[in-house]
Amino acid sequence: MFKRLDENPAEIVSITIDGAQFDVPAGETVAAAVLASGVWHTRTTVVSDSPRAPFCLMGVCYECLMVIDGKPNQRACREVVNDGMRIECQHATGQL
Amino acid sequence: MSACYGSTIVVKDHYQLVIIGAGPAGLSAARVATGLGVDVALIDEQPAPGGQIYRAMESIPSERAELLGDEYQHGRKIVSSFRQCNVDYLSNTQAWSLNSKREIGLLKGDMPSMITADQVLLASGAMERPVPFPGWTLPGVMNAGAGQILFKSHGIVPNDGVVLAGSGPLLLLLAWQYMHAGVKIKALLDLTPMRNHLRAMPRLPRALMARHYLIKGLAYKKDLKRAGISTLHNVSDLHATGNDHLASVSFRHKGKQRSIETDLLLVHFGLIPNAHLSRAAGCQYQWDRSQQCWRPELDNWGSSSITGILIAGDGAGIGGARTAEHAGRLSALQATYKLGAIDKYERDQLSRDDRKWMRDDLHIRPFLESFFHIPRKLLAVPDDDTIVCRCEEVTAGDIRMAVADGHSDSNQVKFLTRCGMGPCQGRQCAEAVAHIVAAAGGEKVARGGHYRGRPPVTPLTLGQLASLYPEETE
Repeated sequence: MFKRLDENPAEIVSITIDGAQFDVPAGETVAAAVLASGVWHTRTTVVSDSPRAPFCLMGVCYECLMVIDGKPNQRACREVVNDGMRIECQHATGQL
Repeated sequence: MSACYGSTIVVKDHYQLVIIGAGPAGLSAARVATGLGVDVALIDEQPAPGGQIYRAMESIPSERAELLGDEYQHGRKIVSSFRQCNVDYLSNTQAWSLNSKREIGLLKGDMPSMITADQVLLASGAMERPVPFPGWTLPGVMNAGAGQILFKSHGIVPNDGVVLAGSGPLLLLLAWQYMHAGVKIKALLDLTPMRNHLRAMPRLPRALMARHYLIKGLAYKKDLKRAGISTLHNVSDLHATGNDHLASVSFRHKGKQRSIETDLLLVHFGLIPNAHLSRAAGCQYQWDRSQQCWRPELDNWGSSSITGILIAGDGAGIGGARTAEHAGRLSALQATYKLGAIDKYERDQLSRDDRKWMRDDLHIRPFLESFFHIPRKLLAVPDDDTIVCRCEEVTAGDIRMAVADGHSDSNQVKFLTRCGMGPCQGRQCAEAVAHIVAAAGGEKVARGGHYRGRPPVTPLTLGQLASLYPEETE
């Protein structure tokens, strides 16, 4: 697992990950916030429904696709957290 | 001063020079071209300049920057001098298309747009070489570069210890940076085979001409040893195991099977050019045996096989951050010359220092490339059960079966198995598939071929695409 170094962030925002609330530093990417909050699975695969987590964090692996504020297929490593943001693990294609 | 744009994505629909990528190559290029009066836009997908290597340079707390070392802090000069340029800087913007007419498709948020340029400089940098091994898709297995991004951008580090495995300078650097941050490193598994030492020996004399790199590497190793971090050399047969999550890492060392319990494994197998946009544009590529990757065919100014498209930095072939800085300047000078803003004599005069710098800096590369040469066994012959295409979950066995059925290049195998057809568009499997196809057919990897790239190089929704033509959707 990951932890944040003790750096006293200037601003904190409140997000939910699969319904659970977390306070995280403003400016973090969703993927970083998810990993530092102790959540490991960000999606399940389209073919076998296996759990996956962020792999590259630089936008080239597409493993961190999540549902963000109701919108599926968002790369969590490229989105920055907002106060009140709803983040959900994406199951398969993320469509209902 | 560089202008930043918020909600409206594009200010103009044509520029003399469009640079894509805000790492050392792109930033230095922008500085040179704008200094010579060229009208420049710089497109980058990150919120702030620096690329991967100098990521978060403007926002990082000074204590964290200290932990990352002086090579990282060198980027501060490049970023701050870029901020003085008169350039249209489009951050948080994805370039999803480029063609030979130099039309560029952009996306910011949900807003697409098209711009054109007389000259395009691609400075899209490198990505880590994806190397499939059993268990590499398990949550808890990540790239070493991902670990470093968490550290640089967010001050996030492993909590309960980490195993680092693979081969390449980045692995050593990350271990050293983690050590300074007090992260517990359970083991550093060096998968560099012993025979690489012999392979690299003939290239050592030349490397001594850039010996500051060797000295730095040796100093990192010494610091790690002094800190009591266990490094196991000549490791092979790396496996990640666990059910829904990584539980342990197993491997062979000194003839014995060993295993370490861990919930985090960071792997690294060197870097390859990030080439999706240039491939989609149709730039010619060739196989580089020493770097073990395809690189674009370029002249010594970085001009590609397509008129008006230049490539500089690690996207042109791995040369490192310092070389990228100078290569970016060279390509900017060539673009400026082609635009008629300087003459040939001025171009040649202005490029002299950069050429000398690059020549000196690149002395280290042949040594590094042979020392960290990834063994064929890892690249080309993963077990049949190993997933190669992470998106579509196509295994090495599936690929070999397609080859046995008579499909002898990557594109044919792709049509048959769906490998490379998921959201990453083959970024994570193209190299491995080419290696496996070639090995299974008894061919050299260059014959296995690379997937054809086509725009859009990142997934777009139909709604985003349609909003390019609002009058037709009413």
